[in-house]
Amino acid sequence: MSIEEIEKEIIEEFDFFGDDWESKYEHLIELGKSLPLISADLKTDERIIQGCQSRVWLNANYDDGEMIYTADSDAIITKGMIALLIRVLSHQKPKDVLQANLTFIDQIGLKEHLSPTRANGLLSMVNQMKKEALKSI
Amino acid sequence: MDTTAIRQNFPILGQKINACDLVYLDNAATTQKPKEVIEAISNFYSQNNANIHRGVHTLSRKATELFEQSRKTIGQHFGLTNDQQIVFTSGTTASINIVAQGLAKHYLKPGDEIILSMLEHHSNILPWQMWAEEHGGYLKVIPLLMDHSLDYNTLEKLISTKTKLIAVTHVSNSLGLITDIEKVKAIANQHRIPWLLDGAQSAPHMPVNLLELDPDFFVCSAHKMYGPTGSGLLYLNDRWLKELPIAKTGGGTIKTVSFEKTEYVEGALRFEPGTPNIADVIAFAQAIKYMDGIGMQEIFNHEQYLVQYAQQLMAELPEIEMYGIQKHKAGVISFNVKNQHAFDVGTLMDKYGIALRTGHHCTQPLMKQLGVQGTIRVSFAVYNTKLEIDYFIEKLKKVIKMLS
Repeated sequence: MSIEEIEKEIIEEFDFFGDDWESKYEHLIELGKSLPLISADLKTDERIIQGCQSRVWLNANYDDGEMIYTADSDAIITKGMIALLIRVLSHQKPKDVLQANLTFIDQIGLKEHLSPTRANGLLSMVNQMKKEALKSI
Repeated sequence: MDTTAIRQNFPILGQKINACDLVYLDNAATTQKPKEVIEAISNFYSQNNANIHRGVHTLSRKATELFEQSRKTIGQHFGLTNDQQIVFTSGTTASINIVAQGLAKHYLKPGDEIILSMLEHHSNILPWQMWAEEHGGYLKVIPLLMDHSLDYNTLEKLISTKTKLIAVTHVSNSLGLITDIEKVKAIANQHRIPWLLDGAQSAPHMPVNLLELDPDFFVCSAHKMYGPTGSGLLYLNDRWLKELPIAKTGGGTIKTVSFEKTEYVEGALRFEPGTPNIADVIAFAQAIKYMDGIGMQEIFNHEQYLVQYAQQLMAELPEIEMYGIQKHKAGVISFNVKNQHAFDVGTLMDKYGIALRTGHHCTQPLMKQLGVQGTIRVSFAVYNTKLEIDYFIEKLKKVIKMLS
């Protein structure tokens, strides 16, 4: 599936919750819990995204024309957001990762998590994901 | 305390956040502003704006009078008779830097030692660390006891012939613990060591009489005292008012200037180069008048009541771990939900309109000592109510359930 198709699928999924933010966050927390953990040997200081309240570890590989991302965080809501970002950007071509606008985050009402307060590190994570994609072009 | 009337005086408090009433519990970061303060800024610019101290015209005289009257108002609030001991700065951080850079010029020598405490905010660590790194000095740290209070017996032992300053916080911004100033003062005086008191978190919450406390330096920020951002003060005792070298210079600080030599003025103006933050200083004085109108002891008592009430309710929640629990503390509670990240709790509480602070609160050494990445901090001001605490507890329980 293309990035846009996956984004559309996520928007439809979240539409189900309407304005009920509590259910939306409960879903996000569930997604966080189901995120396959980054393997322990990859959870190193070099892979940590610095300067954030919740710590985020990101690992990127380029394999057979696709970017493969795994990540983790010590905060569950951040982890839920990571799960969404990985679902959209992993197994995509580096060029497509670079061009992704990720507008779905705004559309599912979670834009605040990409705000530049650096509280959760997601914005830095997206930038890091794109940097890794750039390296593979 | 008539919090209903008080709240009506703070326009921002009527606001909705995520369709919920705003419950603002991040007052240790910055307080909200009463109408009087907001109007003081607006009135200054719409009626009295001019540059001060030099102008011969009417507006300049009016602005100068308002500015210097603010110094008197603020000096009196802190029990001072000599208002020249109040130097206006951009805030606590700037004030500590003025002291650190000034002392570094002649007074501090390589090999000297400065004593800080484990409770310090980064702004009372970094200027001293910069001095230590640049000039070969050393920092020593007063450790915590098991109950998170300062170990004053160790302070005595840390002192050597090389100790040149003790710089401690009056109230811990992360935990709300009140330093036993009489103990620090007694030790400092006995060894004739100057001491600096960081009042950023005490000046908003309790009576502070600088004539009685008699520190060498005292610093605080207006924006934590219902005043505007970008304003604050440095108090110097008579010795340092004369002797502290200035690190920054410029217009307004001089008697005469030639290319060969400059003669500086005496008093507060020596430390205030350039056009000061006139409007915000005047608004700062208005904030002080606002607090005095209620009474600092009354503010302290009200916040004490809120802290005790909230602590008691939180102690009943088995998932909560609180830090720095003591009988006497300023309006701060620091806690974590066991097995949950502070960020998650803070994010969900915000959805209910509750403003909390999460993270290390600019006290990373203290967090390391407590063995945590960060905490969730609730901090009170005069406008907070028992009802808000009930709402906070109700939603905290809900958030704990959502996360588990």
